Amino acid sequence: MSTTTDEVIRRALRDAGGTVDFERAKRAFSARAEDEGLVEVAYASVDSPFGEMLVAATDRGVVKLALPSHAGSELKPDLVLTELAAAVSPRVLEAPSRLDPVRRELDAYFDGELKRFDLPVDWRLAKGFTDKVLHQVARIPYGRTLSYGEVAAKAGNPRAFRAAGTACGANPVPLIVPCHRVVQASGAPGNYGGGPEMKRALLELEGSLPAQLR
Amino acid sequence: MATLPPFQELLDEHGRDVLGFLVASVGPSDAEDLFQETLIAALRSYPGLTHARNLRSWLLTIAHNKAIDHHRAGSRRPLPSGSAEEVGGHRGEVDTGIEAASERGLWRIVGVLPAKQRSAVLLRFAGDMSYARIGELLDSSADAARRNVHEGLKKLRGELA
Repeated sequence: MSTTTDEVIRRALRDAGGTVDFERAKRAFSARAEDEGLVEVAYASVDSPFGEMLVAATDRGVVKLALPSHAGSELKPDLVLTELAAAVSPRVLEAPSRLDPVRRELDAYFDGELKRFDLPVDWRLAKGFTDKVLHQVARIPYGRTLSYGEVAAKAGNPRAFRAAGTACGANPVPLIVPCHRVVQASGAPGNYGGGPEMKRALLELEGSLPAQLR
Repeated sequence: MATLPPFQELLDEHGRDVLGFLVASVGPSDAEDLFQETLIAALRSYPGLTHARNLRSWLLTIAHNKAIDHHRAGSRRPLPSGSAEEVGGHRGEVDTGIEAASERGLWRIVGVLPAKQRSAVLLRFAGDMSYARIGELLDSSADAARRNVHEGLKKLRGELA
């Protein structure tokens, strides 16, 4: 078999794809997949003042929000999507329009205009004690904070403050489930998935950073 | 249960080749529809796959079947068999911009081949499939697939000369 012919045919096939607008074809397919209810995990990249985030939703609600990269960790969309494919469904497709309501609320929140998210949450990535803790976290109002110990107590185990910290770290939908409102007993912000700077900035935005830390 | 990659990854990695395969199989005006049908069918059955090997070949197999169905469906759309009129087919419906681009496109040469040879060549080169697999898809043997590719290539070399 002649290599030249092989090469020409390969090139011909690449050319063939080029006669139809691939991006348009892809968009048309994604729209149809949406219409037919075949997109079980829809995701989109969402901008924030702290950098790009990734948000994913199922028919039950927001299932995952991956915080922006920071000095301590990098947002790796491929890994996030692979995890969703394994844990929820491999029918994962980019569908920015389906995430529009989430994007709007997040924008308003970062602008200081929205104090309570009105978005359904799909809790399926939170298991066991994490799920218990995060349901308590979800009830902490804007501008208020609780310590890890207090959250642990509300989740039914006052001594499990370390486990409460771990649960917050494993929060699949930060911001919407506001684990940034869980702080150290001293009032210091403590750790955060988006980095300590982001947590501090969020508390400042909500007016709940203790005066001595401002 | 197999660990399957997110479907978007398949679309990003292999979508362009699926589209190219379909354009070469049925021409640009029908390729876009078949591209959607192929991927919708793939997405429908995706979670039921028992392994994640060779997903590209899996997609191209579906595309191949859609192209065959398409050819069978239309008596108005005869399988392109070599005449310049038939290759690329139904000129009347073709958007003039696409038509102009496709006139220049080398993919048209593949259309001069008889159906089996064309399928065999496309599956081999767009799909990187083994002769055994191509044989299965074309309801023949690996040897027949090899002969079809060989004959197809010989003819193409003639066209390109």
